[in-house]
Amino acid sequence: MYVPLLSISIWLPIAGAVAVLLLGSRRAELARWVALGVSLMTFVVAIHLYIGFYPDHAGMHFVERMPWIGAFNSFYELGVDGISMPLILLTAFLTPIVVIAGWEVIQTRPAQYFAAFLLLEGLMIGVFCALDALLFYVFWEAMLVPMFIIIGVWGGERRIYATVKFFLYTFLGSVFMLVALIYMYLQAGSYSILAFHELPLGMNEQILIFLAFLIAFAVKVPMWPVHTWLPDAHVEAPTGGSVILAAVLLKMGGYGFLRFSLPITPDASQSLAWLMIGLSLIAIVYIAFVALVQKDMKKLIAYSSIAHMGFVTLGFFVIFATIANSQDEAGAMLALQGGMVQMISHGLISGALFLCVGVMYDRLHSREIGAYGGVANTMPKFAAFVVLFALANAGLPGTSGFVGEFFVILGSFHASFWLAFTAATILVFGAAYTLWMVKRVIFGEVGNDGVAALEDVGRREFLILGILAVSVLALGVWPDPLVEAMDTTLRELLAHVMESKL
Amino acid sequence: MIDYYPAAAEIFLATAICVVLLVDVFLRDEQRMITYWLSLAALLGTAACSALFFVDEPVTTFFGSFVADAASGVLKLVAYVAVALVFVYSRDYLARRNLFKGEFFILGLFGLLGIMVMVSAHSLLTIYLGLELLSLSLYALVAFNRESATAAESAMKFFVLGAIASGTLLYGISLLYGVTGTLEIGTLAERLSGPDGMGIPALVGLAFIVVGVAFKFGAVPFHMWVPDVYQGAPTPVTLYIGSAPKIAAFALAWRVLVEGLGDAHASWQGMLIVLSILSLAIGNIVAIAQTNLKRMLAYSTISHVGFILMGFIAGSDDALSAALFYTVSYVIMAAAAFGMILLLSREGFEAEQLEDFKGLNARSPWFAFVMLMIMFSMAGVPPFIGFYAKLLVLGSLIDAGLVWFAVLGVLMAVVGAFYYLRVVWYMYFDDPLDEAPIAAPGGMRVVLSVNGLGLLVLGVFPGYLLELCMRVL
Repeated sequence: MYVPLLSISIWLPIAGAVAVLLLGSRRAELARWVALGVSLMTFVVAIHLYIGFYPDHAGMHFVERMPWIGAFNSFYELGVDGISMPLILLTAFLTPIVVIAGWEVIQTRPAQYFAAFLLLEGLMIGVFCALDALLFYVFWEAMLVPMFIIIGVWGGERRIYATVKFFLYTFLGSVFMLVALIYMYLQAGSYSILAFHELPLGMNEQILIFLAFLIAFAVKVPMWPVHTWLPDAHVEAPTGGSVILAAVLLKMGGYGFLRFSLPITPDASQSLAWLMIGLSLIAIVYIAFVALVQKDMKKLIAYSSIAHMGFVTLGFFVIFATIANSQDEAGAMLALQGGMVQMISHGLISGALFLCVGVMYDRLHSREIGAYGGVANTMPKFAAFVVLFALANAGLPGTSGFVGEFFVILGSFHASFWLAFTAATILVFGAAYTLWMVKRVIFGEVGNDGVAALEDVGRREFLILGILAVSVLALGVWPDPLVEAMDTTLRELLAHVMESKL
Repeated sequence: MIDYYPAAAEIFLATAICVVLLVDVFLRDEQRMITYWLSLAALLGTAACSALFFVDEPVTTFFGSFVADAASGVLKLVAYVAVALVFVYSRDYLARRNLFKGEFFILGLFGLLGIMVMVSAHSLLTIYLGLELLSLSLYALVAFNRESATAAESAMKFFVLGAIASGTLLYGISLLYGVTGTLEIGTLAERLSGPDGMGIPALVGLAFIVVGVAFKFGAVPFHMWVPDVYQGAPTPVTLYIGSAPKIAAFALAWRVLVEGLGDAHASWQGMLIVLSILSLAIGNIVAIAQTNLKRMLAYSTISHVGFILMGFIAGSDDALSAALFYTVSYVIMAAAAFGMILLLSREGFEAEQLEDFKGLNARSPWFAFVMLMIMFSMAGVPPFIGFYAKLLVLGSLIDAGLVWFAVLGVLMAVVGAFYYLRVVWYMYFDDPLDEAPIAAPGGMRVVLSVNGLGLLVLGVFPGYLLELCMRVL
């Protein structure tokens, strides 16, 4: 029997959001359970995507195609490959966790809170499966609306500044992409992304299109120097918002590079790879220094996100240098795989770290590092989780954080020793800023009366942190299922990118 | 023998207005609802006439001065819907302020008749006739609340400036008549085509006509009347001015510039580019500084006009359809936006300050959501209809090779997004300033909800409206 799995995974959460809204905050308890039920059902659907996925089969899986806007020759066309499937799985995995995390914490308009996250989930999954550029853009932009509301309503003190900045920054980035998409539509006669991949483009066109995409995706990733919205948005967002923002929204930028920039403008990507590598290195090294001096835990994790996402963009664009210097496709594949693994792993780790900050914030209502100290004495279970996630963030072997970074650095070695060396210093700095924070917050003497009165994690918190800890370790010890799922797709992509369009 | 059928809707409406007028004279104040229902019935009958005599191929009548074609049929239908929305949204507001008088409906219908004549005009004189019928109705409507000094002041401004604009337009028309010896648009186009069709006198005439068109659209630098009139007029009248007459402005530009002076596209393209850029910049930037919602929406109108003009600038058939689509979607959005102001107003309280929307989500989550849809649609965020309107006009610009202009347009759209966002943040992030329950009657709530949801539904399934706009032009 044919089941439109992708459509279900998009529209089920959106329908759930409508249902939760209709229940309203007066029946908050029921609304919570409906939200949890819908998000778990979506996760089950996403697992079916993984089960039904044939890693050896190149091209798109679960394709759905229906006419949408005849006047534009635009289709409601969905499909996933080895790049998008893991990201959908990540999205569907994290949404139930976010719902559970907000269970008791959110007391103002809970129904709207949960509905916003369900809506966001459907739209994010839509971004990852859309194969029609117009459909993609609609999901991409529509996503901003619930996120704008989430940060603005349930955020911290400067939430309005942060959310408006977030919205305008990303809106500004994506309108340039819109112009590029319209341009390619006029050339190709349709909005099909796969047709864009085959579209012959001259060098000047490619450069301009690449830059238009770069603005859109660089803001989302975010890359230095357009990262300034991220610390604000992260700090002010409620815990759930920070988790989704760091874990999934940032991945949209990386996904965009793989889906649009590299295959549509391979020659421009090659000739501007130096720029991308340069910006990535700045993000990795400079932002690591910035992270070192942060006093606010959320801000520190936000900056560490930027540095870690630098590895992703480095992995995606170092492939040109790798191939040019060593004529070795294996090195380039390593870099690409590393970038992808890093995206998934960073999604889990940064999400977990934000949840940890959330756990502390719920108790003491402070994100300042200075307001804590010696938390391990009163919250031993919690301290164990924090240490684990912090080590994963620093790239400890055995955790998922190690796999991605190690692959990228190996891939960079094929390009140039100094490149790899510079990137590898992040491992030191990453360890420095993360562990220093852990030392100040978790260990030492009990800092003040507030900390002395802390209660350890409850069952609900233990559950979500435990699930995340298991997945971080599992992915670190045995990344094969993930790597295999995307192997064929990335190989195809690499072959496509290495073929000049000129 | 004159063929009257193409003008059946106009003739029906003219007759119906006379009937409403006569009936209204004999009604006591508490029976005024009869006028309201009769006006709606007149609209329904006119719509039925339009639908019944809908033609796919153009038919001219009255010695070539009147034309019925598919595009005019669609434009008129949109105008009926807009005016019907105005009447439905305004009823309660007027009744609570002792303004529930027959004049509002009769003048509104006369204005509609003017719009219809403009839409179907096939001669410069017919256009002028329709324009004056519309404008005079509007002047009177703005001053319709006799006790309000600001309304009288804005009516005065509107009248003086409008008269100048009409004069300019008429002067342009007379120059063209002098050059070509005809007022009929088809013949005019023939005589102006050819290598030496557009001489200096014709170009001077063209310039004056563009000024007239720009004034009716409210494009910068002929926009001065827009903010004052929008703010000063009673909100139902603002709702009227903000919606249906945009169709007339589109028709004016389309009939005169495209159909009549199409061969001079290169000449008026440059003028419209200047108007469009100025409108986008001034409209969006000045709107940021507004604290009065009606005034903010006035500046937002100006910026939307900049986008509509893009379709004319690109010039191709698809581009015109894009401008038509933009106009239609703008009319729907504007009707809903002003409808929201009317919804929140009550006796002695005009919900026209931005701050009056603070905390709306706490008072009425549903209408806060409706307003959210309207604002994001106006900002051009998908999946609302306003996004496709912008997509189409930008696409036509890129198709015409004006990529730089498209980039400028999207930048201005980002600037504009700020003040729409501000309304959303007032509604969702701030606490309400007053807790009074929303007093609007059920019928209006339903219609406004449908109007707002329409923005979303048309945004998810824009295909039908789009194909309609493509087919008729």
